[in-house]
Amino acid sequence: MNAIQLTGLQKTYGQVKALDGLDLEVPAGSVFGFLGPNGAGKTTTLRILAGLAAANSGSVEINGKIVKAFSANNEIGYLPEEPAFYPWMTPQETLNYYAGIFGLTAKDSRARTSALLEQVGLKDAAKRRVGGFSRGMRQRLGLAQALINRPLILLLDEPVSALDPMGRKEVLELIESLSKECTILMSTHILADAERVCDTLAILDHGRRLLQSDLKTLMAHYATPQLDLEFANDQVENLEKVAEHIRHIASVSTVKVEGRVLRLTVTNIKMAQADVMKAMLAQSWRFERLDVVKPSLEEIFVRLVGEEGRAQ
Amino acid sequence: MSLFTAIKKEWLEQRRTKKLLVSVIVLTLFGMTSPLLAKIMPQIIALVPGGAALTALIPTPTLQDGVAQYIKNISQFGILLALLFSMGAVAAEKEKGTLALVLSKPMPRFTFLLAKFCALALTFTCGLALAAAAGYYYSVVLFGEVPLLPWLTLNGLILFYLLIYVAITLFFSTITRTQYVAAGGAFAVLIVLEILGSLPGLAKYLPAAMIQNPVLLMNGQTAADWQCLWVGAALLILSLLGAGLIFRHQEL
Repeated sequence: MNAIQLTGLQKTYGQVKALDGLDLEVPAGSVFGFLGPNGAGKTTTLRILAGLAAANSGSVEINGKIVKAFSANNEIGYLPEEPAFYPWMTPQETLNYYAGIFGLTAKDSRARTSALLEQVGLKDAAKRRVGGFSRGMRQRLGLAQALINRPLILLLDEPVSALDPMGRKEVLELIESLSKECTILMSTHILADAERVCDTLAILDHGRRLLQSDLKTLMAHYATPQLDLEFANDQVENLEKVAEHIRHIASVSTVKVEGRVLRLTVTNIKMAQADVMKAMLAQSWRFERLDVVKPSLEEIFVRLVGEEGRAQ
Repeated sequence: MSLFTAIKKEWLEQRRTKKLLVSVIVLTLFGMTSPLLAKIMPQIIALVPGGAALTALIPTPTLQDGVAQYIKNISQFGILLALLFSMGAVAAEKEKGTLALVLSKPMPRFTFLLAKFCALALTFTCGLALAAAAGYYYSVVLFGEVPLLPWLTLNGLILFYLLIYVAITLFFSTITRTQYVAAGGAFAVLIVLEILGSLPGLAKYLPAAMIQNPVLLMNGQTAADWQCLWVGAALLILSLLGAGLIFRHQEL
């Protein structure tokens, strides 16, 4: 079953098409990464799901029910890219206010608020005014407010972009732990983060879905067998000569020089490893390492979005 | 539940952002000083070079002068506060992004607006209550007996008059994204109503007329008519309803 199903979603702002017939299926229980370059339509989609914007056409289904425009949902928790709070409130008051909107009793609200502040690492700042908070602290409070109603679906718009490395690590761990409790739809620019926490991905560009797949299938599908052959500094002068030699090996398709590294695209990893080793030994050329390169999500993203850009 | 939660938050905002304090200080100050100013006006004029000659022409200040001064000051500064306090009520929340977090939760949009109006109404009620008490005390001390019921009616109607401008400013704050545009819109309505009020036969129907009627009551006369009350109520309700209808389908 899909937690979220978007069908043919269209949204225009004046002449600009923010969403151009977007279809998306977010499986229940998944951590769904929503990737795309700036202006791809990620934030617009999340805002429509959160009831803050309306699509011009198309349908939105949440947990199998069609959702009307501008209707906030009890089952959703939403964290915008830059969450803004009332500066004159404390985090405790802020969370109690949001808990009140969801109809939590004062007792439940206090317990939930306290647990969430502990969870996002703001317990010590619980009675400070939010106006003095750093961006990272606001982001953590943003995450806490999105969880106040124990949502079945959590919408996160660039949840870690404002955080320092430690904060990022902690929030990503928190997101990973939340995946057991709810479906997470997370937009991000940081592909390494998506690779780390998401199990399903969709790549958007120009308001359309370019691809949707689970991470393993995606990696396997787009994996190009590659080898990296790295040389020490004192052997760099031979690099062009070595590259020319390796280009003639049958199992090697292309050779690219990148600094001290030759990046080889090959037809068969094992065969190419053996062939390259043999060639290096035969010529008595020394090297530092010969590694199999794991394709990164970043490479796949650049490739897909690049192809789309060329097709436009 | 949502309305109670929303009003609680708005009331906290009125207190934390010092709107309540400002309203209480400004209105009480004018409540206190208005009868005083009316009473000592001849002495003030006498202090102005050449003013001594004029004092003979000025009649002895009466309670009516004190009340007129009170109405003028409280309504003018009250409207100014109504515009300033309400102009950012919705527009500033849109600008800053705080609204997105609230409305992505099941907070009905009209409830959100109503809570804003109620909290502002409470702020002006507190300010005006103290102003009325101070004004009454000073009037009694300076002019003798002051009829209590007409005085209370007068202040109730001033409050109602101010709330009309709160509602109008809230309407503009809702339909725009910038608080200055909201203030400009409400100010434009004020000017238009003032101009219309200068047209013969029309003044008695406009909200400004409602605060003149209690003056007649205080003088022991019968109030002319109260159509202005209905027009004022209609303006207030239409402003709130209009804001609610537009807000319901507004993108944030």
